[in-house]
Amino acid sequence: MSAQKSASERLWAIVIWALVIFFIVNVVAMIAAVVVNSFGTRWFAAWLPAAFTTRWYVSAWQEFQLHDVLIVTFEVVGAVVLLSGLLGVPAAYALARRNFPGKQFVILLFLLPMLIPPITFGIPLATVLYQSHLGGNMSGVILANLVPTVPFVVLVMIPFIEQIDPRVEAAARVFGAGTVQLFFRILIPLLAPGILAALLLVLVRTIAMFELTFFTAGPGSQTLVVALYYAVYAAGVRAGQSIDAMAVVYMLTTLVWLLIALRFVDPTQIVTRAKREAAH
Amino acid sequence: MTDQAVSESTAPESMPLRVRLALYELDGVTLLVLPAVLFVAVLFVYPFIYGFLLSFHPKAGDWLANYRKFFSDPFLYDTIAATLWLAVPATLINVLISIPIALRVRLMRRRRILTTILVIPITLGTVLIAEGLLNYLGPQGWFNRSLMLFGFGGPVRLVHNYTGVMLSLILSGFPFAFLLTLSYITGIDPSLEHAAATLGAKPRARFGHILMPLLAQGLAINLCLSFVQTFSVFPSAVLLGAPAGATRVISIAAYQAAYEQYDSSMASAIAMIMGFCQLIVVALILSARSFFYRGAVGAGKG
Repeated sequence: MSAQKSASERLWAIVIWALVIFFIVNVVAMIAAVVVNSFGTRWFAAWLPAAFTTRWYVSAWQEFQLHDVLIVTFEVVGAVVLLSGLLGVPAAYALARRNFPGKQFVILLFLLPMLIPPITFGIPLATVLYQSHLGGNMSGVILANLVPTVPFVVLVMIPFIEQIDPRVEAAARVFGAGTVQLFFRILIPLLAPGILAALLLVLVRTIAMFELTFFTAGPGSQTLVVALYYAVYAAGVRAGQSIDAMAVVYMLTTLVWLLIALRFVDPTQIVTRAKREAAH
Repeated sequence: MTDQAVSESTAPESMPLRVRLALYELDGVTLLVLPAVLFVAVLFVYPFIYGFLLSFHPKAGDWLANYRKFFSDPFLYDTIAATLWLAVPATLINVLISIPIALRVRLMRRRRILTTILVIPITLGTVLIAEGLLNYLGPQGWFNRSLMLFGFGGPVRLVHNYTGVMLSLILSGFPFAFLLTLSYITGIDPSLEHAAATLGAKPRARFGHILMPLLAQGLAINLCLSFVQTFSVFPSAVLLGAPAGATRVISIAAYQAAYEQYDSSMASAIAMIMGFCQLIVVALILSARSFFYRGAVGAGKG
């Protein structure tokens, strides 16, 4: 802002950038260490492994039944994405278009599952699910994962719907559109970018959601991140490279979707879109 | 709009119910909210109430036996201190360091590259960060090799102890705190600072008198969210820490009660204690904020 910058200001700027670069270097190195190890034959007391191989991916695929785990993961994630869209979007529409008594209370109800960490509500939730014989199988995992994602879709979609002029809908009504036509030919096309962004973020969050899946999954309903946890927990039983090969598979499944999602949303929104509501 | 509807509610009783409800903006469209509300009520509110009541029906003893057991057994009540000992410093480091960095980054033109990189550790989650750090910070990992290369001495023990968990909390928590701070800071109108600079305010004065008061609200929320997240640390405390020692956090105690002793009543009691601790700290932060700054907060993005 001032034309001349004092030496101390310049030093301060250097310190800040050094911190940022140090942080990023460590993040990148941490990820690179996993990737390099997963391709290494033997890595001991050296900067790099002795030689490179892809056989750990074959062994990880067999040892950890990655085929089955990936199918379960995609089934869980697909169901969560679909159901949170079906439950969340209509609710967001009602909240964006109507000012009914108790609306603030409803919004608070949707904020709480996003603000309270999964560990805190996960244990009572898992208890209830196990008592109703839903725990330990796929339906329990899906239901538990929906608890934070339905409110997430609602809170992300409210501003999207608010920015669509209600007169567009009124005009469609005037020209004789029924509710079904209005929904499929006016609202869905207009809301598509918002729904896509919200559901992609739900997808990424659900692949990485550890706690709720961990509490509710049984032997046949583990998702990739839970399988990875068990593998790291029992480190020493399997080769470290094999675990890292699984970690790379996990990273790829997560980051591919993240990259797609980032084409539609600004990264800060992932953290702040819904949380900002809390500021009111 | 709601006020208007309420004032019109003195409408004659003879009006059909549909019309009277429509005055409150209750019609077919409003009903669309019901499925989601019912879902959250059944799978979030009900389990919470159920867990709360269940915690007063212990396996043995009177209704308070679970809580008495927790607060008389050091193996259990020490977990609160162990968790706070991790969560408080991690929250303060993450949020406080995010302020100067966000102040610098908001001037950057291509912010998006940086924010994209920082979203990656949030997305990957704590399990992967734990596995990555076990490699990277281990005695033969790149970090220790670099330390030795630059002559900082022998390998430092960074995993399977307090330091490992702390580093993982910073790695996953800092990007979150930073992106939140950045969104609050970019919401402050830059012309306010320009005006102060024109009137001769030095950077330090601009920060103390313009930015901080406008940021106070956002910072309080950031502190709350960051604290609540770090307080419920679980995978990295098990994988990267010493789960039987220094990093035996409260979530480990809750997990063991539920899945190793199969005592869902005790597990619910510990979950309620965990929630209560988070509530107290959040209340403290929010009351400190109003003590720190009173005035209009509408100028920020909020």
